[in-house]
Amino acid sequence: MAVDELYKEIILDHYKSPRNKRELPGAALTGSGNNPLCGDEITVFANVEDGKVTELTYRGAGCSISQSSASMMTEAVQGQTVDEARELAGQFRSMMAGELDPDEATFGDLVALKGVVKYPIRIKCAVLAWDTLQEAFEGAPSGAASPA
Amino acid sequence: MRNGPDVETIRKDFPILERAVGDRPLVYLDSAATSQKPRQVIDAVSDFYAHHNANAHRGIYQLGEEATEAFEGARAKLARFFGAPDPTTIVFTRGVTESMNLVAQGWGRKFLREGDEILITEMEHHSNIVPWQMTVAVTGATLRYIPLTDDGQLDLSDLGSLLTERTKILSVTGMSNALGTITPLRQLIESAHAVGAIVAVDAAQLAPHRAIDVQALDVDLLGWSGHKMLGPTASGGLYGKAEILDAMDPMLGGGEMIEEVFHHRSTFKPIPYKFEGGTMPIAQQVGLGAAVDYLEALGMDAVREHEEEITRYALDRLLEAGATVYGPKDTSIRGGAVSFWYHDVHPHDLATILNEEGVAIRAGHHCAQLVMRRFGTPATARASFYVYNTNHEVDVLVEALAKAGDIFA
Repeated sequence: MAVDELYKEIILDHYKSPRNKRELPGAALTGSGNNPLCGDEITVFANVEDGKVTELTYRGAGCSISQSSASMMTEAVQGQTVDEARELAGQFRSMMAGELDPDEATFGDLVALKGVVKYPIRIKCAVLAWDTLQEAFEGAPSGAASPA
Repeated sequence: MRNGPDVETIRKDFPILERAVGDRPLVYLDSAATSQKPRQVIDAVSDFYAHHNANAHRGIYQLGEEATEAFEGARAKLARFFGAPDPTTIVFTRGVTESMNLVAQGWGRKFLREGDEILITEMEHHSNIVPWQMTVAVTGATLRYIPLTDDGQLDLSDLGSLLTERTKILSVTGMSNALGTITPLRQLIESAHAVGAIVAVDAAQLAPHRAIDVQALDVDLLGWSGHKMLGPTASGGLYGKAEILDAMDPMLGGGEMIEEVFHHRSTFKPIPYKFEGGTMPIAQQVGLGAAVDYLEALGMDAVREHEEEITRYALDRLLEAGATVYGPKDTSIRGGAVSFWYHDVHPHDLATILNEEGVAIRAGHHCAQLVMRRFGTPATARASFYVYNTNHEVDVLVEALAKAGDIFA
């Protein structure tokens, strides 16, 4: 059944046991976004030192696709530089546009969300966390130290 | 249907119900969003384009006359369907959104002043909220709300302080698209008239399912969406008492709505034409005429009975399956739009999984964010029923819910 390709074990695992789902008091960067059509909401909290994302957490509510995407994102981006994270966000969008077919070795758990491509109306759910991260980064010029 | 043709016979009139979704038969449970169309309506639209197409009220030639006759014939059918005194009290619009905007602008902007109050309810579809907010911004009038009870009815316990001589208009839904609740229109209209307010009704959900007699109700303005009552998209209208329509300003200036145009002013046609600027959706309104013919042939009492039966069955099965249902459970005060959560499965995940079983439901806020906020949820799943739905389809829905439950267990 096609729907099994969407709701892969790893997605359900991140949905039921979200990683890094907590507020980060005093976070240097925050961004929030919502998808009014679905009511999906995500706020990300990040600390950046020397251009590197040292901590990334999120809070939110919504469907399994939006929330698992956020959870996976926090794991994937932690430890990356802001530039690397931006590039990953771009690659994730390309995957959602069906233009990129990454493998698990380079994309980790995120590759599980590839199935969303077949459900165009749900792509917005998968991308929400990444849009929110982008918004948070707008306060962080690449390579710069964390802003006040 | 007990007092009408049986549902299996009705289903044969709807070509789309023969199709499959993947390898499953289509189970269409989203009629509150838009209804499916019977062959009779599809044929009426097709026949108009194939044999009578011309612009209405313009061509001085045979086709033009035929088009005008078909268009005005549809108006007469709608007048009959809603018990209007005269076809001139039927304004064609693209649906309730346009109808409510016409009321909020054509009536509201002309007659409302600072200190005046507009009374609506927390149950409204955005199309009966946002036009009023826009009118408030221009006129300085105040927008007030009738709140909801915990079981999703209008809380009328404080109506006396909400509906006062300051209230100039009460604008209210006849049936909530998000909760299914049927509002006590008769009582509301009497109370509003007693303080000198007029009443506008959003009948988008009510009109497809209940016989409405605008004169018996003594309602001042009432809008409908044709596409929710078996008609084509972009068909719909607004009934208004003649003296109210006469007093209203047009919303769209342009061709067809004028009598004479000068450099700095124009004179308008009489009602309803002064509200019908530009070329109207002619074939669509003709199609809606065929739709109300179809509904009248079924009999609106039979339509109502069928809806009550299938809604009762669906409520029972959903509750038995452990779903949380919003809105009243008593089918005498609710229609067939059933909002629910199935355990902890998010409505969007639910809708995706149900689609794999061929089941089409709506998931989201249903253009009723005030209702969602009132009940503390960002979204619900909604199954809604119409003349062609069967109890068997409810069973398919409930079985599909169980599958969704398994995936998210």
